[in-house]
Amino acid sequence: MKFLASLYRSPQTRTGLILLTFVVLVALAAPLLAPFSPVNVDPSGRLLPPLSRVLASSTQGAPAHAETALHVLGTDSVGRDVLSRLIYGSRLSLTVGFLAVLISAVFGSLVGCLSGYWGGWVEALSAWLIDVQLSFPFLLLAIFLLGALGGGTLAVVLVLALGTWVNYARIVRAQVLSIKHQGYVEAAHATGAGTLRILFVHILPNTLSPICVVGSFSMALAILTEAGLSFLGVGLDPSTPSWGTMLNDGRDYLLTAWWIATMPGIAIGVTVLGVTLFGEGLRELLDPRGLR
Amino acid sequence: MFSFAIGKLLRAATVLLGVSFLTFIIGHASGDPVLLMVRGDATAQQKADLRHSLGLDRPVLTQYASYVGNALRGDLGISYRQRIAVGQLIRLRLPNSLELAGAAFTTAILLGFALGILAALNRDRVVDHAVAGLSILGQVVPGFWLGLMLVLLFAVHWQILPVSGSGDLAHLVLPAITLALPTLGRMARLVRAGMLDVLNSDYIRTARAKGLSERQVLLGHAAKNALLPLVTQAGLEFGDMVGSAFIIETVFAWPGIGRMVVNAVLQRDFLVVQGCVLVTAAGFVVINLTVDLLYAWIDPRVRGR
Repeated sequence: MKFLASLYRSPQTRTGLILLTFVVLVALAAPLLAPFSPVNVDPSGRLLPPLSRVLASSTQGAPAHAETALHVLGTDSVGRDVLSRLIYGSRLSLTVGFLAVLISAVFGSLVGCLSGYWGGWVEALSAWLIDVQLSFPFLLLAIFLLGALGGGTLAVVLVLALGTWVNYARIVRAQVLSIKHQGYVEAAHATGAGTLRILFVHILPNTLSPICVVGSFSMALAILTEAGLSFLGVGLDPSTPSWGTMLNDGRDYLLTAWWIATMPGIAIGVTVLGVTLFGEGLRELLDPRGLR
Repeated sequence: MFSFAIGKLLRAATVLLGVSFLTFIIGHASGDPVLLMVRGDATAQQKADLRHSLGLDRPVLTQYASYVGNALRGDLGISYRQRIAVGQLIRLRLPNSLELAGAAFTTAILLGFALGILAALNRDRVVDHAVAGLSILGQVVPGFWLGLMLVLLFAVHWQILPVSGSGDLAHLVLPAITLALPTLGRMARLVRAGMLDVLNSDYIRTARAKGLSERQVLLGHAAKNALLPLVTQAGLEFGDMVGSAFIIETVFAWPGIGRMVVNAVLQRDFLVVQGCVLVTAAGFVVINLTVDLLYAWIDPRVRGR
């Protein structure tokens, strides 16, 4: 609680927290907030500009008592309500980002921990893997993998995790190297604690704060990359209401229906701004000198 | 120095070997290229013949060995879809990609440095906030979305620049600016922070005290020291930029490697993708190697690592 309070004190972090809370609440309450179904198509209401009114009978999912229904942000190329898709899209962006961060944080930290603690061939192998991965742009690997092995939500999550584990491995390894010869670790050794106990009880908890900071920045990166991959058509399934697939759809109608591609970009901007401001606040709080 | 260089060289070679193996395996797992090349009514015998003539019926490791052997001689295979040598396709597209990346990188570095210094000198004033806003914008929205918005404004609304394609300088403006923006923002922030650090130091006070002009103090003393550490960052940024170029080229229909890769992936023409990954990785490895060796040459302490 004290931690949250000190986070709340900086105006930047507070803005980040408010934006993030807003997006999370929208994602949780999506069925209550969305005025239309995010997937139902309406051939008679294609490419309607923002603030268009349609007869309620021609749309599915509109309140029964209303005579007309309002498409606040217009409709897309097959007549789906843009606002409703935006609202449901927040669920996908947050889930994909969060799962990718979770998987890569666990895997990357484990690799970093083991290579920092044991050294030897574990370290050599992971250093070589990191070198290989950093030798070409991650986005290229992502496009290649998803194109070759097929897209879909789970595949995107795994590929995004694959792209960011390196950051955790490097930072955790550096932390472990600086911790493992400190008095309390050697004391634990002397009292007969096993390797696993030393790793998980004495070393790993002390690397948590940099992991959290890297995590918040990777979350921003994951959301942006997912949008890019879906935009290119190798990411999420085109029928899922995600911000990236909406951008893909909107690109073909950029000249005639600007709102389709404009709105998801703003939604991504708001979310990533929230995550970034929060991450920066976290970094300043946990390490005043900055990690980078 | 000599053994340091040999060590780095060997490491680079193993990294490239790893990349080639990885890409080969992913390409291999993507499916049977023969199905892309034959007509729907081809008999099993015809397919088997084609598979044999392409050498696809050999064991995977044999295929990999011959792929690497050919690649070392500059032969990256023949596109399954276009029936043109992959190496030739890359040679045709690479100059366009380099042109775009070069223009974007130069813009980002020059403007980033200029805006960063400007922001530092006008700390907490309008200019400073405007630069901060621009650099935040570059970090939080997808670069390709900014590109779409620039197209809406400059090509659709005001009609002063072309929507997409390549040709004269006007075609280069929008994609280059789009590609430059995120890097520009990060650079401006770092330069600002570096300048503010340096401007408070003793030797700047000394320089002012001994009567140097403000111009000499800023550019000769402060900027020089604030900017040197950023060279490493600029290198990292270039790698980042090559990555986003894959999307930006697609947005602007720029005839570069990036668009070719995306199209090849969508058409499942994976030999082309493999070749592009390998060439990109080779470029990265050579650049990193050069930077490492330059560092070791400039700063002997590095060699001990």
